[in-house]
Amino acid sequence: MKYKAQILDKEGIRRALTRIAHEIIERNKGTEGLALIGIRRRGVPLAERLAAKILEIEGSTVPVGTLDITLYRDDLPTLDQQPLVHRTEVPFPVSDKKIVLVDDVIYTGRTIRAALDALMDLGRPRVIQLAVLVDRGHRELPIRADYVGKNVPTSRREVVAVRLQETDGEERVLILEKD
Amino acid sequence: MNWKRKDLLGLQNLSAEEIKLILDTAVPMKEILGRAIKKVPTLRGRTVVTLFYEPSTRTRTSFELAAKYLSADSVNISTSTSSVVKGETLKDTARTLAAMGADVVILRHPMAGAPNLLARTIRAAVINAGDGAHEHPTQALLDLFTVREKKGGLAGLNVAIIGDILHSRVARSNIWGFTKMGARVRICGPATMIPPEIEATGVQVCTRIEEALDGADVVMMLRIQLERQQRGLFPSIREYARLFGLNRERLALARSGALVMHPGPINRGVEIAPEVADGINSVINEQVTNGVAVRMALLYLLSGGGMPDA
Repeated sequence: MKYKAQILDKEGIRRALTRIAHEIIERNKGTEGLALIGIRRRGVPLAERLAAKILEIEGSTVPVGTLDITLYRDDLPTLDQQPLVHRTEVPFPVSDKKIVLVDDVIYTGRTIRAALDALMDLGRPRVIQLAVLVDRGHRELPIRADYVGKNVPTSRREVVAVRLQETDGEERVLILEKD
Repeated sequence: MNWKRKDLLGLQNLSAEEIKLILDTAVPMKEILGRAIKKVPTLRGRTVVTLFYEPSTRTRTSFELAAKYLSADSVNISTSTSSVVKGETLKDTARTLAAMGADVVILRHPMAGAPNLLARTIRAAVINAGDGAHEHPTQALLDLFTVREKKGGLAGLNVAIIGDILHSRVARSNIWGFTKMGARVRICGPATMIPPEIEATGVQVCTRIEEALDGADVVMMLRIQLERQQRGLFPSIREYARLFGLNRERLALARSGALVMHPGPINRGVEIAPEVADGINSVINEQVTNGVAVRMALLYLLSGGGMPDA
């Protein structure tokens, strides 16, 4: 894979998340009944960071959960390598909550479809919103994000690589091109 | 690591890494069992057949529930109500099931090696649910899972397996499983029920139950198969209970917090005293719950992505 461009640096990621945190509070008129759920893997640290920012801004703690969508994927029979299943950890009831799903990149929309199914199996949230760090287009399903850190028009040959301190030891978002 | 095998026939040939993958996959499966809606769409459109040539309630039901929780279609065939009574061979029965589109066949059979024969015959994945006195890998996996969950790991633990080792496929699979995962296994039972040269598997043979229990972290009691005792491998049930039964006084020889396990069904008052079977050390009921989680993990691994169509 070939390096093409850097679209966000450490500061850029920080600013994008700060803005999203403000937007979440604004749109939901505070944090009453609010909860964040990160989609494994990189949605999880992003959800935790958003919760920390919301605490900083509003002074209230928002619960954070982790969703593993492997068992809900629609492409399992077509994969060469079977993905490892990880734990879903949502330590609060989701029913009647305002849930913000958090992921790093939205692309075809299939991951979010799977996440919506997984979430519905845990209960019946009042509303589900979606926050992503990068929207790279090419949707295959009628799904859009409510909060977007950065819109990046890409070609299908390109890959958006989000690197976070917690998972990758560095902090930036890159566009790579498949060889 | 990734799962590469088509079948699960026993623990003897599995690596410690493969066993770990199964146990790790069972952890998220157990989380699903704790939900209000115990169902995920993972195996939608797949068919799981349980083919049981011996009676069983818990293993068959456990597999059936595991399949249902993963949204697979499941069919049970008990041989007393099938064409097996008309003399159909195992191979032909299996070929018929495969032709009907079964993706996974779960076989219990009185003959050791029957699942291996089946695995070579059909393209569907085969899971051994107990073959003769050979192996019962899913029972051992749920035992390993239960111990790992309770003790935080398996390496270095002292595991005592007590009872009819000779006829026990559960014991055999557990010996392979625990030793591969780094635990020390001691076995104990009447001399007539200890297989010759069993030490070659790495276990320590104890003649007295007190010796086996001394410092044990896990005490696994085996069911005395009363229905198979016509040959008289010990003088009487009473004597067996007196010499090899687990009661509260004997359990005190094990480490404090030692786990008491039993694959069920229990002969209360024979191999295990009722107050021990129902006591605070007992994890017998959790073994049953964990059995479903482990079997879900296996169905996922054996019928998920990357498998050729049967």
